[in-house]
Amino acid sequence: MTFVNTIVQGILLGGLYALYAAGLSLIFGVMRLVNLAHGDFIVLGAYLILALASSLFIPPIFALLIAMPFLFAIGWGLQRVMLNRTIAENLLVPLLVTFGLQIIIQNGLLEAFSADSRRISIGSIETASIEIAGISLGLMPLLTFLAAVLVIGALSALFYMTAMGRKLRATSDSATFVQIVGIDPHKVFAIAMGIAFLVIAIAAFSMGVRSNFDPSVGPARLLYAFEAVVIGGLGSLWGTLAGGIILGVAQTIGAAIHPQYQILAGHLVFLIIILVRPRGLFPKQ
Amino acid sequence: MSVSDNLLTGQPAARGNYSVAVTTRLSRLAMIGFGIIVLALFLGPLYLGRPQIQDIILILLLVGLAQCWNLLAGYAGLISVGQQAFVGLGAYTLYYCVNIVGLDPLVSVLVAAAFVALLSIPVGLVVFRLQGAYFAVVTWVVAEIFRLLSALWPTLGGGAGTSLQNPSNMIGVSLVAELFDVRNAAAREIVIYWGALVVAVGITLAAYYILRSRFGLALSAIKDGEVAAESIGIDITRTKFIVHIVAALGAALVGALYFLQQGSITPAAAFSLIDWTAYVIFIVIIGGLGTIEGPIVGAIVFVVLRSLFASFGPWYLIFLGLLAILIMLFAPKGIWGTLQERYNISLFPTRRRFYRGEDA
Repeated sequence: MTFVNTIVQGILLGGLYALYAAGLSLIFGVMRLVNLAHGDFIVLGAYLILALASSLFIPPIFALLIAMPFLFAIGWGLQRVMLNRTIAENLLVPLLVTFGLQIIIQNGLLEAFSADSRRISIGSIETASIEIAGISLGLMPLLTFLAAVLVIGALSALFYMTAMGRKLRATSDSATFVQIVGIDPHKVFAIAMGIAFLVIAIAAFSMGVRSNFDPSVGPARLLYAFEAVVIGGLGSLWGTLAGGIILGVAQTIGAAIHPQYQILAGHLVFLIIILVRPRGLFPKQ
Repeated sequence: MSVSDNLLTGQPAARGNYSVAVTTRLSRLAMIGFGIIVLALFLGPLYLGRPQIQDIILILLLVGLAQCWNLLAGYAGLISVGQQAFVGLGAYTLYYCVNIVGLDPLVSVLVAAAFVALLSIPVGLVVFRLQGAYFAVVTWVVAEIFRLLSALWPTLGGGAGTSLQNPSNMIGVSLVAELFDVRNAAAREIVIYWGALVVAVGITLAAYYILRSRFGLALSAIKDGEVAAESIGIDITRTKFIVHIVAALGAALVGALYFLQQGSITPAAAFSLIDWTAYVIFIVIIGGLGTIEGPIVGAIVFVVLRSLFASFGPWYLIFLGLLAILIMLFAPKGIWGTLQERYNISLFPTRRRFYRGEDA
């Protein structure tokens, strides 16, 4: 039973990692960009929610709703002002620009909020749990997993069932040729980044409620997100959910052996998977 | 080399001969200047105080590390954010050789470099599974794995780290102490200073030599266009893999010497992303990616900025990040690359030029 329990907890943890990864997966799918500051933007989002909740005296869930349009605007603006300039160039420029952003965000947060560990507090729901078939499931992990499924379902629906999604997919296929049919790829990229930042807001809320965070934890979130995307297969949204789950299960099994092995186990499973299947488990095409 | 045919038209040259040369009058002068600077640095312990010696050790090691990253990113197109893996491994191997095996520290530096170069082969087999931006992140994951493993390894103190035993028990220390009439601690630093000088000059000249060789020609071709390079018979993966090993070896030398000087080590310091990769990327970008001069210029600029502004803490790092972004967006060739383009100067030229006649 403890083994089943470990697996189930791992699957739920995987939901959180899939939330970290969904935005990264979307951005990679549309514009082949790896945003090295992705994890730091999640941490930034968590601080934004925290700051809104404490300054407006509102519950954090409302703060999340207020933060979402702000984060959309940050993502949209980031793409329009900065990243669109880098897209056409070689790989180096976007990678290093987002690497620079990472340093700026981490140190900016350090200056604004100090290195103290923080948490988003939403009351008794944090510790509530329900019991199914003898396994105790935390309500928050369960809701996080549900949120991950909903987010990825919504992104898939957006991609495959809407006019906007058609534009996104067309731009993804060729940013050059969509211009023939009157689409400005730079505008599409900006909207895609804005949507990714909406997902970042949800990921930020889930992270902040489930664990302590400080300005330095962003890079680790980026690595988990990245691993989930690669395990699942580049550009595949549902694959990203599967990748998150595999990573979560690997980590909880590692932690069950010894708490110090949690992160290491995740990284090692990731390496094994890229050795066996460098294109991931469910690659597009 | 002389060619008697006109390479453009295939016709025999109408007047005189053509010759190909890499060096220019300026570059030969620069080589002499470089030699004088190296000699002056070699004699540094005669006229420099201990704080300057320590500063220059850092500059020299950063130049060495930056040259390695420049070879990777500027020539082989391998954008790594995981070079701290090899810095940390070099440092930890050194500590193992000194504290556990009982080897002399200077010998241990060489052992560490050789060991890490060997270890970089299996690491390369893993990280080369992914390309481009994904290569960057997977190198970082590998560095994290080594950091976590070193924290789990009790022999060298685990997460809390350890100190170097008998730090002054090293080849040359007693001789230098006698020669310069200083205590062992200062003599030890002078020996490490020379080691750092050898590493920085060695890596710089090795990079220059590599780029001027046939192998370097292949690298330049890859830099200009991978598909085109492959079409003329260059084995891209093999060429990149060799650069990966060379860069790992250089990073291990730097890591071993740096932590030899520090006298203590922790996983967090040895595998620091900021110290060994972020700063180094900044140095290469600001100096000029894809030039031999760039990392040297960048390292000097970096150390000057640091001595002026490091007391501002986070604001200093925010400033560095902003500066790096602005340079990437508006002057991606960096300081030296921009100068080179405007004034057509090159102190370490690697391009082959055609000359008519024998006056090259």
